[in-house]
Order: sequence, then structure tokens, then C-alpha cells
Amino acid sequence: MAHLLLRHREIENIKKLDVYRAHGGYEALKKVLSMAPAEVIQVVMESNLRGRGGAGFPTGLKWNFIPKVAGDKYVVVNTDESETGTFKDRELMEGNPHQVIEGTLIAAYAIGAKLTFNYMRGEYMDAAYAFEEALKECYANNLLGPNILGSEFSCDMYPHYGAGAYICGEETALLESLHGNLGQPWSKPPFPAVEGLYRKPTVVNNTETLANVPLIIQNGAEWYKSMGTPGSTGPKIVCLSGHVVKPGNYEIIMGMTYRELIYDLAGGIPGGKKVKGFLPSGGSGPVVKEEALDAPISYEGLDKFGSAMGSASVIVMDETVDMVWAAKKATHFFKHESCGKCTPCREGTFWLDKVIHKVDSGRGTANDIKVLNSVAEQIGGKCLCALGEFAKNPILSTIKHFPQDYQAKVRANG
Amino acid sequence: MIREKYADVIQELFRRYPERKSAILPLMHIAQHEYGYMSEEAMQEVADILGLNPTHVKSIAGFYTLFYEEPVGKYVLEICNDLACALRGADEFVAMASNKLGVPVEGTTPDGLFTLKTVMCLGACDRAPMLQCNLRFHEHLNEEKFTALLDHLHQEASSDQVESAVVEKIVSYIN
Repeated sequence: MAHLLLRHREIENIKKLDVYRAHGGYEALKKVLSMAPAEVIQVVMESNLRGRGGAGFPTGLKWNFIPKVAGDKYVVVNTDESETGTFKDRELMEGNPHQVIEGTLIAAYAIGAKLTFNYMRGEYMDAAYAFEEALKECYANNLLGPNILGSEFSCDMYPHYGAGAYICGEETALLESLHGNLGQPWSKPPFPAVEGLYRKPTVVNNTETLANVPLIIQNGAEWYKSMGTPGSTGPKIVCLSGHVVKPGNYEIIMGMTYRELIYDLAGGIPGGKKVKGFLPSGGSGPVVKEEALDAPISYEGLDKFGSAMGSASVIVMDETVDMVWAAKKATHFFKHESCGKCTPCREGTFWLDKVIHKVDSGRGTANDIKVLNSVAEQIGGKCLCALGEFAKNPILSTIKHFPQDYQAKVRANG
Repeated sequence: MIREKYADVIQELFRRYPERKSAILPLMHIAQHEYGYMSEEAMQEVADILGLNPTHVKSIAGFYTLFYEEPVGKYVLEICNDLACALRGADEFVAMASNKLGVPVEGTTPDGLFTLKTVMCLGACDRAPMLQCNLRFHEHLNEEKFTALLDHLHQEASSDQVESAVVEKIVSYIN
């Protein structure tokens, strides 16, 4: 099946406006301009589109939270993709930026925003280049700026480059960063839908989420819902990395199993080795064992394995991987990226990092494993944002599923 | 220094953001490029332009990894050795690079040309080992390609044409 999101894989130069338009581009926007904003939100709600950044919140519902009164409102696109193992929004922005722009404009029209920002990773310069070229084309062709396509709808769009901080992918931290402050999350409420950017109602959507919107408008909610499972409709880009023959982005229809993805599409494991486990959502989600390979890739697919699809950043680890080492790597990431606002996360990740390094280097004791468990448990449920929740997962899930790896490391020390 | 040279850019940034303070990251990207790192002078100038206390700029500089609070080489080689890249040989690649440059991680070569750093995920896990050099990605690397990159950078440095990708982007969209 042809790609719906990664369309540049089939259509050369779709990042150029004329090519995008020749393949139906901006027809959805045209259609929307003759609809009432409430109708647009209704269609997106009916499609069951859920956020592709990891949390899976229903997109239409998020738009519907925006107060329907006059006043400044904003759409902010979250392209601050920084989760370990995630590189889907990068490819989308590099290859098919107009589809993201079109989705953003539809969101802006639906909620009544006249100003939109795309918060991009400061490191994604190729994506920045493609995006800026696309924006220039839009301004030159009445697709951005005043009275878009001759309508009453006016909207501006600007890129905003981050400067290297994982936490800025969290929506309130992202908004604080855009405000020119430290990128630290705030305690909700207020929710961005009520008080977001510049304290005005704001929708923050992931890049991939918005790329789905033109498809839904163009083809209808029923068509969109015919793909996937009832709880997980539509296509999803899965970032596959680690021990696979062909790593990369794979656009799948949700419901496909991890085994089909890894073995049928990505050529299996190098050297014919076995899968020891995989991280389904980058560093954030709990690691799962080989037994989860037959689970469907969907929002609900890993529930019974105690993990989640998240942003669908699948890091595969073969039978040679020492899970203490893997937990050390993932924990070090969270220690580095903790923004420092909440004590359990700031101090907890510091100590987890210290103790897991000790265990990994072979200097640990059985008591250190207890300490790891106890510190990780104490971070859970005590932080403002999900980073704290995520930070406990690498340690707790590897201790649970691969205790033998830890025992082998501490055996000599009693 | 940047107030005059980037007057048009600054004016456009102020027009673009409903609140001026939002221009702090683009201005700091520019300041770092012009001053070489986030020196006291660089932070003071950004603070002056925005009417902020320099301590605020300093706090921002400390928060984000792309801002350097200490002098760095002309080229900053940042190798991702996060989990996904490490599964594909990134740690061995860091050791090779360190050996080749003759400096430890966080070290700068005596000629002031290269600083070696390791960084968290850069979103190129399927193309590991990889690094970014002054925000340009170099992917699918091995020792041979790394050597070729160093040779190329030596040549570029002697012609004094060092560019900053992010400043180029900020400026290009505005003009």
C-alpha cells in the first residue's frame, strides 16, 4: 500500500508545493474553508485520531476544549522529537512538510487561531530547511498570511528552534520554552486549552498527528476508521532501531504485530540471533520480553505486557544484550534530561544513575538492586510531568523481566 | 556586536513573537555563533537587546545542551552514544574518535579546532554511528569516513568559511 504520511517515499519532490498540489495537496484546506469550524472538529473527533507523540490523547477532543469565544488562540506544533529511538517527525518534516503545514492550518481554522508556531529541535537542520522552503512557497501562494485562498481566514506560521532539551517535548515545558523561560513543565491546571501560549487558549499537537488531518478531511472519518483497530485508527509511523537488519521508519496500519514488523518488513535480527527484549516506546516505556512480539502495535496492544506503544520508537535488543547495561544507558538519559524542577525526579534520577553505573561496572551488591527498586518506586507518581514516570521504567522493568542479568553482575560481591 | 549586524533579524523576531522574550533562543543561537560560545559578553548583549537581567540569559544557557558556557573548538563534534546508537557500535566509535583526535570526551584539540562531546539521542538511530558537527549531521559513519570528515574540516577551517547551520536558518527565513 502506498504511504499516507511518508508520501515522499513514492512521490519525488512532494516537499515542493507544485508537486504536493498535483497530488491533491491543500484540497483538504480548501474543503475546510467552506465548513464551519465546529464541523471540522466533529469530523476529526469521529475519526478517532489520537495523538502520535506518545500520550494518545484524542485530537478532536483536544481541539474541542478550546473556548469558542473570540480572542487570541494559538496552535503550536511539537517537532521537538527527542525521545531515544525516535526519528519519525524528522523524516516527515524533511520529506513531506506541506502535509504538516496543511494539517496545522486546518487545526488553526478549527479553533480560530491566527498564529501558529512549529517548535522544532534545534538539531533538525535538514527538516528546518525543508520546512522553511515550504513556508516561503505558502506565503508566495496565498496559503499563509492574510485571507488564505481568498477566504476570511488569515494565519501566520513560524518555526521556532529549540536548543537541546528533551523536556521541551512536554507541552507545558515547550510553551515555557517558547515564552523565553526555562523549559520546565507547569502544574496543570491551567491546561493549555485554557491558558497556554502567552496565557491564551492553545492547542499543542505532534507533527505526525497533524499530518493525518488532511487525510481525514479529504477522505472522511469512516474511511479513516476503516484502518486499524477500534481504539487505534489510521496509520502510524514506527521508528525501528537497534538490532534489526533494516532499521528505519515504517509506516504501518495499527494492528500489525511487532513480529510482522521486525521479521517481515525489517528483515529480522542480524546474524539470525534471537530477540531478548525490546523497548516499544524509546527509553520511556517499560522493556518487554520476546513474548510480546505477537502483540499488535496499537495504543492498547501492550497493556497486558505492562508497557505501551508511546511514540512507537521500537528499540530491538538481541540475546547478547546485557539488560543492566541497557538500563544504565536509558537511566543516564533521564538523569541528563531531568529539568530539575521536581525533587523526586531530579534527585531520584541522579541516584538511579549512580547506582546502576556501580552495578553495571561489577561493583554492586544485592542490596544495590533493592536500592534501585526502592528509589525508582519513590519517583513514580510524585512528579509534575511524565518524565519522572518514565525515568523509573528502565530500571523497574529490567529488574522484573531480567533478574538474572542483575544477579550475574552482583554475584561476586554478595 | 550582533545588535548592529543582525538589526533586521532582531526587528523581524520582535514582530513575529507577541512577547519579545520569546526571541531569546534565536538570539542566543546567533550570539553563540558570533562570540564562539556563550561568554559573559554574549549573554550581556542578549540581555541588553531583550531588556532582561543577564542572570536570566545565563540560566537559559545552562539549561540547553546546544549552548556552550565554556570556550569550544571551531568545530564541535557531538557523537550520539545513547542506547539505540550504542547498540550499533556508538561507544566503540567514540573511543576511536577520541583516540584519533588525541583528546578525551569534553576535550578540545590543542590547535583549538575540535571539541569532542557525547550527546543524547539526535534522532538518527537508524543511521548510527553518527555525529553532529556544528549542527550538521554526519551519518552511517565508520573510521574511514570520520578521518575523511576531519580532513575536510581541516581544509574548510583554513579557508575560514565556518558556517552555523542554525543561524543560517534563522536568517534565511527572515530575508
